[in-house]
Amino acid sequence: MAQQSTTSANDQAHWRKTTNLMWLHLAIWFFFGYVIHIFAPQLNNIVILGFPLGFYMAAQGSLIAFVVQLFVFAKQQDNIDREFGVAEDD
Amino acid sequence: MATQTSGADDFIKNLGKIYGLYTGGFLAFVILVAILEQVGVPNKILGYLFVFFTIAVYAIIGVLSRTAQVSEYYVAGRRVPAFYNGMATGADWMSAASFVGMAGTLFLLGYDGLAWVLGWTGGYVLVSVLVGPYLRKFGAYTVPDFMSFRFGGNFARFLAVIVLVCCSFTYVTAQIFGTGLIASRFLGMNFEVAVFVGLVGILLCSMLGGMRAVTWTQIAQYIVLIVAYLTPIVILSTKKYGIPIPELTYGQAIAEITAREQQMIQQGLATAANLKPHIQPWLNYTPLNFFAIIFCMMVGTASLPHILMRYFTTPSVREARQSVAWSLFFIFLLYFSAPAYAAFSKLEVYTNIIGRNVADIRPWMFTWGELGLIQVCGKNAANLQAVIDACKAVGTDVVRFQDFVINTDVIVLSTPEISGLPYVISGLVAAGGLAAALSTADGLLLAIANALSHDVYYKMIDPNAPTARRLIIARILLLLVALAAAATAATKPADILAMVGWAFSLAMAGNFPALVMGIWWKRATTAGAIAGIIGGFGIALFYLVCTRYFPGYGVAYFGMSALPSPTGAPLVDVAKAMAAPNAYETWVTLAHPLASKVGWFGINNIAAGLIGMPVGFLLIYVVSLMTKEPSAEMQAFVDEIRKPRGRTVLVEKD
Repeated sequence: MAQQSTTSANDQAHWRKTTNLMWLHLAIWFFFGYVIHIFAPQLNNIVILGFPLGFYMAAQGSLIAFVVQLFVFAKQQDNIDREFGVAEDD
Repeated sequence: MATQTSGADDFIKNLGKIYGLYTGGFLAFVILVAILEQVGVPNKILGYLFVFFTIAVYAIIGVLSRTAQVSEYYVAGRRVPAFYNGMATGADWMSAASFVGMAGTLFLLGYDGLAWVLGWTGGYVLVSVLVGPYLRKFGAYTVPDFMSFRFGGNFARFLAVIVLVCCSFTYVTAQIFGTGLIASRFLGMNFEVAVFVGLVGILLCSMLGGMRAVTWTQIAQYIVLIVAYLTPIVILSTKKYGIPIPELTYGQAIAEITAREQQMIQQGLATAANLKPHIQPWLNYTPLNFFAIIFCMMVGTASLPHILMRYFTTPSVREARQSVAWSLFFIFLLYFSAPAYAAFSKLEVYTNIIGRNVADIRPWMFTWGELGLIQVCGKNAANLQAVIDACKAVGTDVVRFQDFVINTDVIVLSTPEISGLPYVISGLVAAGGLAAALSTADGLLLAIANALSHDVYYKMIDPNAPTARRLIIARILLLLVALAAAATAATKPADILAMVGWAFSLAMAGNFPALVMGIWWKRATTAGAIAGIIGGFGIALFYLVCTRYFPGYGVAYFGMSALPSPTGAPLVDVAKAMAAPNAYETWVTLAHPLASKVGWFGINNIAAGLIGMPVGFLLIYVVSLMTKEPSAEMQAFVDEIRKPRGRTVLVEKD
């Protein structure tokens, strides 16, 4: 394939890892963005500090997950870049 | 030159000190206004002080950051640290719709309103994972720059400019409208004058310094808006529950609201049919539309040019990623507080207004009643006598659920008064709302002006234009775009939330497939991308315009049917409406029985992007496979943007 002729083995391995990380984070995003809210009516039966859990997940829980996820992703992708020597100099 | 650079480095190093000092100065100013209030200076003057002082500060920052260097003008010299770029993006992102409208939407829709909260936060995951850092490595000044380089030149650039202008202009009109609304409602200015004042503020910020000026003012604006948003509810939470963390204590308020809802139905103040419980999902949107709105807002986030271009300003790809995380953190601070506003206001309305004898109604609402924003028993609640008379006319002496109508914009703006706080807090909130609207309008106007001056003028019309002329053209275009947006805003087009939603849907359908495929699939070809942009954007635009303005034709010729309501019944009786004489009216108003109530697959037109985006992806995929694979050179270029190390792919001469 023409693609391989322009891409070194190192770059390919780097991109494979990057792609896996991408799918992992899209899966987490999909879970907190959609899947968990499908169960909102059932989760609402659990009440913590006055918050019904279904409502809480949409109002705060998923948001916190997204923020944490982004800081973790920045770190993980940077580690991958460093591992394959394609990271920028500090 | 050397001294200039070292001066700039000093500035970057001292950012913490500078903005710390600025925040201290702002708080001192708030305290000064509080003292003025105590010695009896009238509220109106205090309000003007807030508006003019804050606009003056933004203008001064704008003037100090003026620049004649192209890379400073377009990408702030790519020197903005991740943390500060996060703040600037936060201000860029949070508009009048977020600041003023979000809490009101949550008040009105309860759980279903959270679709907007989720949709306007989760999209940053897509920005960081799929798009933003790669565009930073590419080294573009604008999003159309990338499209043009990756997809064979000026035709792709031209399409990208059309998408950019369509979505940004829809959005900026909503912002200038919001600016006018805040100034006129809050400060009693005339609406048109208010629009003009807001416009001058915006232009002062971005005219002379481009991206550099916008960046440093947006950081200042973020600080004002977040202080203004959090102060009233922190005080309210402390007063009511003894803990200054409203995000924790409003659970209590929600429990009380739920209990009170039951009680109101038992006491006959509301009926099970007209009262929608606050925490129950999918009473206002069907589950399909609830998730469709979340999806469109999220994907739209990763496609909006004025957001993507903020990540062109960081010093490195690594910092671009960190910066997305900081952006979402700063946005999160406001969005996870909005439901608290909604809950506290709702509790106040349910316990202290509904079920009360008309004669002891709380006086705070008369200010808003006078402006027609609160109605009791079908009449504006301008004063006590008006309320008593109106309710006598409908035969009740207690305010029932159905007797009370509140405009959702009032929720945030009235919270300080509901909690009995001094006027200085109300002025602070107004200044915050203004900062939110101005900062977003700033970023949008700059995105449009840059696309026109850099992409259309420099890249397509006169590639030999000298730097000075390019920057002058950029400024003139900025002025013209701003005036056009202000003129559109002054005609008062309705419903900010829907307009903003449309902007997201259009951006999503036009940009997202081409951006993602351009980065993640080397095989994507020029023909594929062009087909994808035209097809995806075209069908989303068609769906939007047809369902909103030509619904009769949509039903007759394009197989559209009535959207379902959350109970499952159709929103409108199509057969009956089509038999009516006005069925085939064109450019209908929202009052038309079919407007925005018909469509395909039961999808609301706010989520038009959901129809356009799959078409875009499919077309890019199929047409790319039918055409010759991109050159080895282009594939090497795609490899290059996937690796952070090394020079940017595109190098612009100054």
